[in-house]
Amino acid sequence: MADLKIRNLQKGFDGHAIIQGIDLDIRNREFVVFVGPSGCGKSTLLRLIAGLEEVSSGSIELDGREITDESPARRDLAMVFQTYALYPHMTVRKNMSFALDLAGTDKQEVERKVSEAARILELEPLLERKPRQLSGGQRQRVAIGRAIVRNPKIFLFDEPLSNLDAALRVQMRLELARLHKELQATMIYVTHDQVEAMTLADKVVVLNGGRIEQVGSPLELYNHPANLFVAGFLGTPKMGFLRGRVSALHADGCEVALDAGCTLRLPAAGTLDVGSPVTLGIRPEHLHRAPPEQAQLMVGTDVSERLGSDTYCHVRTDSEENLTLRVRGDFTCGYGERIGLTLDLDHCHLFDADGLAVARAVRQAA
Amino acid sequence: MNTSVMKSATTLPALPAAAPRRQRSPGWLLVSPSVAVLLLWMTVPLGMTLYFSLIRYNLLYPGENAFVGLENFEFFITDAGFMPGAINTLILVGSVLAISVVFGVLISALLEAADFAGRGIVRVLLISPFFIMPTVSALVWKNLIFHPVSGILAALWKLFGAQPVDWLAQHPLLSIVIIVSWQWLPFAILILMTAMQSLDQEQKEAARLDGAGPLAIFWHLTLPHLARPIAVVVMIETIFLLSVFAEIYTTTSGGPGYASTNLAYLIYNQALLQFDVGMASAGGLIAVLIANVAAIMLVRMLGKNLTDKS
Ligand SMILES: Nc1ncnc2c1ncn2[C@@H]1O[C@H](COP(=O)(O)OP(=O)(O)O)[C@@H](O)[C@H]1O
Ligand SMILES: [Mg+2]
Repeated sequence: MADLKIRNLQKGFDGHAIIQGIDLDIRNREFVVFVGPSGCGKSTLLRLIAGLEEVSSGSIELDGREITDESPARRDLAMVFQTYALYPHMTVRKNMSFALDLAGTDKQEVERKVSEAARILELEPLLERKPRQLSGGQRQRVAIGRAIVRNPKIFLFDEPLSNLDAALRVQMRLELARLHKELQATMIYVTHDQVEAMTLADKVVVLNGGRIEQVGSPLELYNHPANLFVAGFLGTPKMGFLRGRVSALHADGCEVALDAGCTLRLPAAGTLDVGSPVTLGIRPEHLHRAPPEQAQLMVGTDVSERLGSDTYCHVRTDSEENLTLRVRGDFTCGYGERIGLTLDLDHCHLFDADGLAVARAVRQAA
Repeated sequence: MNTSVMKSATTLPALPAAAPRRQRSPGWLLVSPSVAVLLLWMTVPLGMTLYFSLIRYNLLYPGENAFVGLENFEFFITDAGFMPGAINTLILVGSVLAISVVFGVLISALLEAADFAGRGIVRVLLISPFFIMPTVSALVWKNLIFHPVSGILAALWKLFGAQPVDWLAQHPLLSIVIIVSWQWLPFAILILMTAMQSLDQEQKEAARLDGAGPLAIFWHLTLPHLARPIAVVVMIETIFLLSVFAEIYTTTSGGPGYASTNLAYLIYNQALLQFDVGMASAGGLIAVLIANVAAIMLVRMLGKNLTDKS
């Protein structure tokens, strides 16, 4: 069992509030990812959970036991660090058995647990090596092995893949996902990489400036971002934003006049007034090229990025706002042309003046 | 057809031989001036010492420079001062090394762990004795601390109603060890403190999560991390401690008897008090031999730490 409850957790360094009141529940066997821009306090939050930093106020509870002021060793958590933090002069075997040896665990028991972890991580041939004789990916696996042998209630990962090259990162990502299923473990994983967040998580926690912006499954966050920050943070290329005003209200939605020069009728309701400023967000895959006579919006093309499978065309509206549209890989837009666009109205996101998402009307077209 | 076969036969083996030489030559060319200077620097005095050690060369009897073979060596080794000198040298080097390594590690570990106001000042104070000239510090110790009448220790002894100790007369070697340690402990602290700061914080945190307390972290992480800097301290200090001279000269003059004479002082004694340059040269060569043996043993013992990259 591993149920973690965080209540109104705060942490400041020298008077600067870094973590500003976090409430979070993590349930048994969940893979939770903390994601957010650099410096938003992800590592600090993880270190507070691990006990490596002292809490300023608030509480952390694990399985109904208050662990807020418990020493790190007694929390039954294991952490994998970004730089691996292997003990350089110990062999791989000793690195993995260190915690158990300190705890005075029975020799045979230690041996059994280490070989079990080595088997899972395919480290058996490397057990007698020193960390410096290992590659980055192997070191990472040893660091994970060190966590596994302790059979912790929760695994904590702080950007474990960011020191690996791109190919290895993809491979280790898959291995981590597999490990989570195999060990049926509870994991908290910190990353600034939204691809890792989207692919690994059962639950994504988006952090910004020491606060939680939104918690939810990856697709929930992708499809229904709660605010402008989450909308802009998740998704590559980024969601495009267009400013506008509400021009009319209807029973089943509203009419928005965009600065870019078009008026759209959106199935959004919420508490909007006529004339209030709004921001419309649209993802690249929901913008389509159209002949000028059918277009909702005329834009000028900027450069295109060809990825092979897709091409991203960067375009600029007449109101100097940038949009990206995703088209087929064999398709290119010229540079400096004028093209017409249509917007997928069912997939437009509307945000009010405070940047909060406006609830969509009940009518949800497929 | 014949010519082409001949050509390939002659050019092919020539290629691999030429390539590495072309790569190596600029490097050799560039280092050769310094190598030449160093060679001169080393071989000329060494050669002269060798030569002096094989002839009769006493300043009191100029002109009588006959070749005497190994007689100088024999006299030096059988001299009454040789055995005490050699033993004193070993005791001096060994105990100063032990003191500076053990206390160096402890002091720098404490300094690293403690966080108090004025830590920077304490660091500077701890290191400053290293920058004081050996003669000056020896004089300070002799006249202000060890002196049986005006020394601080004498005052302390009197405070507790005890008979003041004449340190330099009653415990000459111990006094020298204390003075030299006072100078070289700061060097160890300087090196070890710097090394301590480069210990990866995340390793310590990982160890804390693994359930290691401060003592376990010191034993399993800090000490192994310090192996290399300790080896450096031992090597460098050995080289300098083998030739300690000023501290002895200014305090005990090697006495009483040979109680605080080391090899360096013995050689000085031969050359400039007894004016026997030939015998002093022989002693110098023996000292070089001992230093080399010590250095080789140390390299054997500690070299693995130096070459292993951790
Ligand atoms: N030990 C510390 N002392 C002072 N400030 C810190 C400390 N640790 C982190 N911070 C500050 O807290 C903020 C969040 O840091 P961190 O949690 O590491 O961010 P990230 O989300 O990139 O992991 C940063 O602005 C950093 O400067
Ligand atoms: Mg971080």
